[in-house]
Amino acid sequence: MNFTLKIWRQKDAKSKGAFETYKVENISADTSFLEMLDILNNDLVHQGKEPVAFDHDCREGICGMCSLHIDGQAHGPSKGATTCQIYMRKFKDGATITIEPWRSAAFPVIKDLVVNRSAYDQILQAGGFISVRTNSVPDANAIPIPKKDADESMDAAACIGCGACAATCKNGSAMLFVAARVSSLAKLPQGRVEATRRAKAMVAKMDELGFGNCTNTGACQAECPKQISITHIARLNREFLSAKFKD
Amino acid sequence: MSCFLSNSSLGKKLVMSVTGCFLVLFILFHMSMNVTAIISPEGYNAICEFLGANWYALAGTVVLAAGVLIHFIYAIILTLRNYKARGSQRYAVTVQEEGVAWASKNMLVLGFIVLAGLLLHLFNFWSKMQLVEIMGQHTNSLGYSPADGAALIRYTFSQWYYVVIYLVWFAALWFHLTHGVWSMFQSVGWANDTWYPRLKCIANIVATIIFLGFAAVVLVYFFCPCIAGAC
Ligand code: HEM
Ligand code: SF4
Ligand code: FES
Repeated sequence: MNFTLKIWRQKDAKSKGAFETYKVENISADTSFLEMLDILNNDLVHQGKEPVAFDHDCREGICGMCSLHIDGQAHGPSKGATTCQIYMRKFKDGATITIEPWRSAAFPVIKDLVVNRSAYDQILQAGGFISVRTNSVPDANAIPIPKKDADESMDAAACIGCGACAATCKNGSAMLFVAARVSSLAKLPQGRVEATRRAKAMVAKMDELGFGNCTNTGACQAECPKQISITHIARLNREFLSAKFKD
Repeated sequence: MSCFLSNSSLGKKLVMSVTGCFLVLFILFHMSMNVTAIISPEGYNAICEFLGANWYALAGTVVLAAGVLIHFIYAIILTLRNYKARGSQRYAVTVQEEGVAWASKNMLVLGFIVLAGLLLHLFNFWSKMQLVEIMGQHTNSLGYSPADGAALIRYTFSQWYYVVIYLVWFAALWFHLTHGVWSMFQSVGWANDTWYPRLKCIANIVATIIFLGFAAVVLVYFFCPCIAGAC
């Protein structure tokens, strides 16, 4: 398969970027999207040109490192998949594919397609943890947890912190990410203890870092590679508002 | 001021939700009153007489104006912040994400149309009814009694362009409410995956009832003024 790629190139955080057009040829249909970029980069290196910078790590949809806005969609055209999990057979032979970095004020571009997502780390540091003594392994059945709660918690815990939610949201809102983290811990007895403090601290951090206000469009859940539901946003709203009214 | 209603995103959304809910309840009430004008113009005028410029109607007007004002100001504050959060560099290519309603992305624009319609409406009706009574006069600029609402409706909607403008206004309100009415539940956290389809259905029904109620009055008075007691 052959493709024309329109890729955002930007030297560093300060420079003004622009799209550049590249051609890749003889790509097999079963090449992954990131492998296709590797092949492009190989060609670029051979030509003595600067390779395209993009984020990746596990390449199996679990680390949340890959990003990319592909033809207008975060993580490209597949539903419930990260960029590293999509394959070139998803695209038409001869297609022109536009590849952009995440665009959100809180995720500034560092170079080419790489953005700085440390804002999400800072939100996590503000409260996305539980405080327990960690010595020997506790008895697995010491605290029984209803199946339904465990399931809901696990659904939310599937979040890999990739940033697609804020990158997709027209309001640059991080609500789906924050909600997933708050929800996964609030649903378990171990996380419940600090639930109100956590909701307040994480929302305050999210506001401080310049993320936008959720207007419930639902674009985040449509593009989330882990298909996290906005039902968790409703829970975050509940947790936060009830905490504030108790104050 | 360090209150979460003014300094946190979720607090601001709570204000949006509460004022929005209040406006929806008011507009349902207003719509029910208007429909009376089709069934019985005399009955409608009796309601106008009853509300007029009494203290409770005036208090209601003040609370209502405050509701619209707060909703409007918060809408602007929230949307400006969202615009900034999106960043100066926009995507070159975008798609309409699956399951995302057009209205949900255009609430401010729709709100502006609603507001413009509201101002025209205040000029067409309020300034010729309650305002006249507040000023202590007994006839308005058209020579009607300020409580003769039916005559005012008949006069306004005998002009085709008002019919068109009001219908556009109701349509904008319809769009605003198809998103707003379920969104206000989500904003306070009263929603989940089971309830989303139900809430969205309720939102569509409420928006449509409101649209039909208001539009019926306008259309009946334009096309068959006889039914509305003009002849
Ligand atoms: C004065 C002009 C108006 C403007 C500029 C305006 C603007 C907005 C905006 C920007 C939102 C934000 C959406 C969100 O954050 O989810 C919103 C929500 C809403 N509006 Fe309006 N609006 C106006 C009038 C009205 C009227 C007259 C009603 C009711 C009849 C109404 C009902 C609602 C409701 C129920 C919501 C949902 C609140 C929420 O999402 O929590 N609005 N409006
Ligand atoms: S909620 Fe979904 S889109 Fe947002 S960071 Fe987590 S996995 Fe990525
Ligand atoms: S590279 Fe790890 S999720 Fe894609």
